[in-house]
Amino acid sequence: MSLLITKNLTKKFGSFTALKNVNLEVKEGEVFGFIGPNGAGKSTTIRILLGILKATAGEAKIFGLDAWKDAVEIHKRIAYVPGDVNLWPNLTGGEVIDFFIKLRGANPKGRRDELIERFALDPTKKCRTYSKGNRQKVALIAAFSSDADLYIFDEPTSGLDPLMERTFQEYVLEVKKEGKSVFLSSHILSEVERLCDRIGIIREGEIIETGTLDELRHLTRTHLLVKTKQPITDLDHLPGVHDVLEKDGAFSLHVDPEHLDHVMKHISQFGITKLESAPPTLEDLFMRHYEVTQGAGGVSQCQNNS
Amino acid sequence: MSEQLLKNTGKLSGFFLRRDRLRIPIWLLSITALTLAIASYFTNLYPTAQEREAIAATMENPAMIAMVGPGYGLDNYTFGAMMAHQMLLLTAVAVGIMNILLVTRHTRSDEEAGRIEMIRSLPTGRLANLSAAIAVLFGTNGFLALAVGFGLFALQIESMDLFGSLLYGAALGATGIFFTGLTALFAQLTSSSRGTTGLSISALLLAYLIRGIGDVSYEALSWLSPFGWILKSEVYVNNYWWPILLTLGVSLFLVILAFYLNRIRDLEAGFLPAKPGRKTASPLLQSPLALMIRLQRTSIIAWAIGLYVLGASYGSVMGDLEDFFDKNEALQQLLKPVPGFSLTEQFIPLLMTIMAIISTIPTLMALLKLSSEEKKNRTESLLALAISRTRLLGSSFVVAVATSLIILSCAVIGLWSAGAATMDEPISLGTYYKAALVYLPAIWAMIGLTVLLIGIAPRWTNLTWAYLIYSFVVVYLGRLLEFPEWMSNLSPYGHIPQLPVEEMDFMNISFVTLVALGLTIIGFIGYNRRDIYG
Repeated sequence: MSLLITKNLTKKFGSFTALKNVNLEVKEGEVFGFIGPNGAGKSTTIRILLGILKATAGEAKIFGLDAWKDAVEIHKRIAYVPGDVNLWPNLTGGEVIDFFIKLRGANPKGRRDELIERFALDPTKKCRTYSKGNRQKVALIAAFSSDADLYIFDEPTSGLDPLMERTFQEYVLEVKKEGKSVFLSSHILSEVERLCDRIGIIREGEIIETGTLDELRHLTRTHLLVKTKQPITDLDHLPGVHDVLEKDGAFSLHVDPEHLDHVMKHISQFGITKLESAPPTLEDLFMRHYEVTQGAGGVSQCQNNS
Repeated sequence: MSEQLLKNTGKLSGFFLRRDRLRIPIWLLSITALTLAIASYFTNLYPTAQEREAIAATMENPAMIAMVGPGYGLDNYTFGAMMAHQMLLLTAVAVGIMNILLVTRHTRSDEEAGRIEMIRSLPTGRLANLSAAIAVLFGTNGFLALAVGFGLFALQIESMDLFGSLLYGAALGATGIFFTGLTALFAQLTSSSRGTTGLSISALLLAYLIRGIGDVSYEALSWLSPFGWILKSEVYVNNYWWPILLTLGVSLFLVILAFYLNRIRDLEAGFLPAKPGRKTASPLLQSPLALMIRLQRTSIIAWAIGLYVLGASYGSVMGDLEDFFDKNEALQQLLKPVPGFSLTEQFIPLLMTIMAIISTIPTLMALLKLSSEEKKNRTESLLALAISRTRLLGSSFVVAVATSLIILSCAVIGLWSAGAATMDEPISLGTYYKAALVYLPAIWAMIGLTVLLIGIAPRWTNLTWAYLIYSFVVVYLGRLLEFPEWMSNLSPYGHIPQLPVEEMDFMNISFVTLVALGLTIIGFIGYNRRDIYG
């Protein structure tokens, strides 16, 4: 069952098209990763989902309700943490957390104190004195204390230290275990890789790829590091080999999956003494899409403008 | 040693001057221009010695003494004596505020924002930032003293000689330097810029207050206040210079103390312990309405006190009003006599217009808080909760309407209470209240306009201030300058019947109320339809 669906979602700011026909789907109980470079339209998408911006065309539905018209009804079952948390400088962190919890209608007091402890926040300080990371913690604590069905996070860990990042990840996995859904927009690819069941990549307002990580991995190259008895020749000219670098007699290269067999046969002729291979990471996937669409995107942009 | 402490003070001073290249000149120009304008205005307002004597007589009541200080030379009330009596103290308060804001800006504000950290990472002395700030402000106050001194002398008003004028300027400059020292000291004690400004302004108000109490009842108290000291210079009457030296001496002590404390403390630390705030929210804080009230309560309380004082200061002259008008032609022009009403009663609608327009300021601020929240991207967090836009805007709207009622009531109560104390036949609270409450629909029309702008043109909300200024000019000054009537009809305040002199006019009142309602409704619809920016 789908909790969140967008169909041909389009948003224009004046003549600038921020989102173009965005189609997304988040199923019940899954963690969906939403990635893309700065300015690609991640936050715009989230704000439309929250009914803060009105879509120019297309539709966005959460729990089967319209994101704009039924915003209040939807928000009763949602918890949201923005990327840049802005709080009221003269309220304390504890006051803001309580305020958020009360307005959402939930009141799991025990969870609140546990979360404050786990995230190591001093709730008696005024928000004015909090660093970016601490403001983020306030929003995260308020979000996880509520008993929501869908959690929307917009780059939630951008100011947290690695320990707190891990705490965040643990709580995401915990709510997932409870059958809740999570929509996670992030820059930190390792985080997305670790948490998300499916991902969507957005670039220049368009979704360029969606699917599970495994589905997308076929698009990426395996990284190899090899050392041989005799120096390898002709490596550059083999089909499917990219980015060859030589250092101290060892070669580092990227290989397209369909050519891997062929390349390995070639290398083995030179007597392998050391071989390391790394699976394609989300980062590679992301970078590759970035490179590929840069050329194609540039052309389509020109056409749009003319 | 001094290399360690003060290196690059000069360059930093230059940098501060550059950052304040508009701010400081605007302050100096406003204070100097206002002083000179009022000095020449006095010569037009009270051209004869007889008129000045009449006004001197109205000054000898406790309310006036508490407000502007004890009068020196009331028996021979020259322009100079009048200036020193009526203007010196209030201008000194303004100078004090200027110094508090500028010093905080260059000390604790910069420190809190982490900018001093960057300055300190460069080859600068440990005390360079503070000494640069103090040097710039000493210079600013010195310049102010000379500009006001020579400026007043240049007006060539009889009884305002060079010696007295320079002393007048020096009294302002010395007050400024005192508050520079005090704020510099408080900037070491507190650990936030809000704390520094808050503590300094409180000290300024306290100094004003204890001087008021001292001058009225127990003179020794005035010796505790820097405002008390500078008034003792008796400018243009006896011209004593020792109070200036006393003020400067104490200031120097404060500055040295500030330097010492700055030297022994850590960056971003303060000496006063920061008290921990609430760990949990109060049970009351659970609606957007409660949040809006919580965010604005301090400012609303401050405005309520301010409007009470304003009302009381008008009220304190009510008793002497008839005398006042009898002897002054300029004021008589302001009010055309209406048979059957005393001059005092005729004065009420004019006061109510002023107080209603001033009460509109905090009212609109309460409403526009929502706009500034939106600009700071905090509305997003609220709308992401189960809060509808109607409820959010409605909360601000309710706070604004309540503010209009509270603030206007405080002004009226101030007017009535001080009026009752000084008048032989006091006017009843009911009369004042009716005259004030009829202005509520006009304030609501301003609320309606602001809701409309928030709803459909959020980037243009400042237009509402322009319209308020327009209203003030046409409705208040329009009487003096005799503007055509259609100009005041364009303002909601122009449609309000002038109680108690005029009859109640329900038609006009209903019309203004309906316009207010219409604008509000369109605004709410617009707010429900538009994007939230941030």
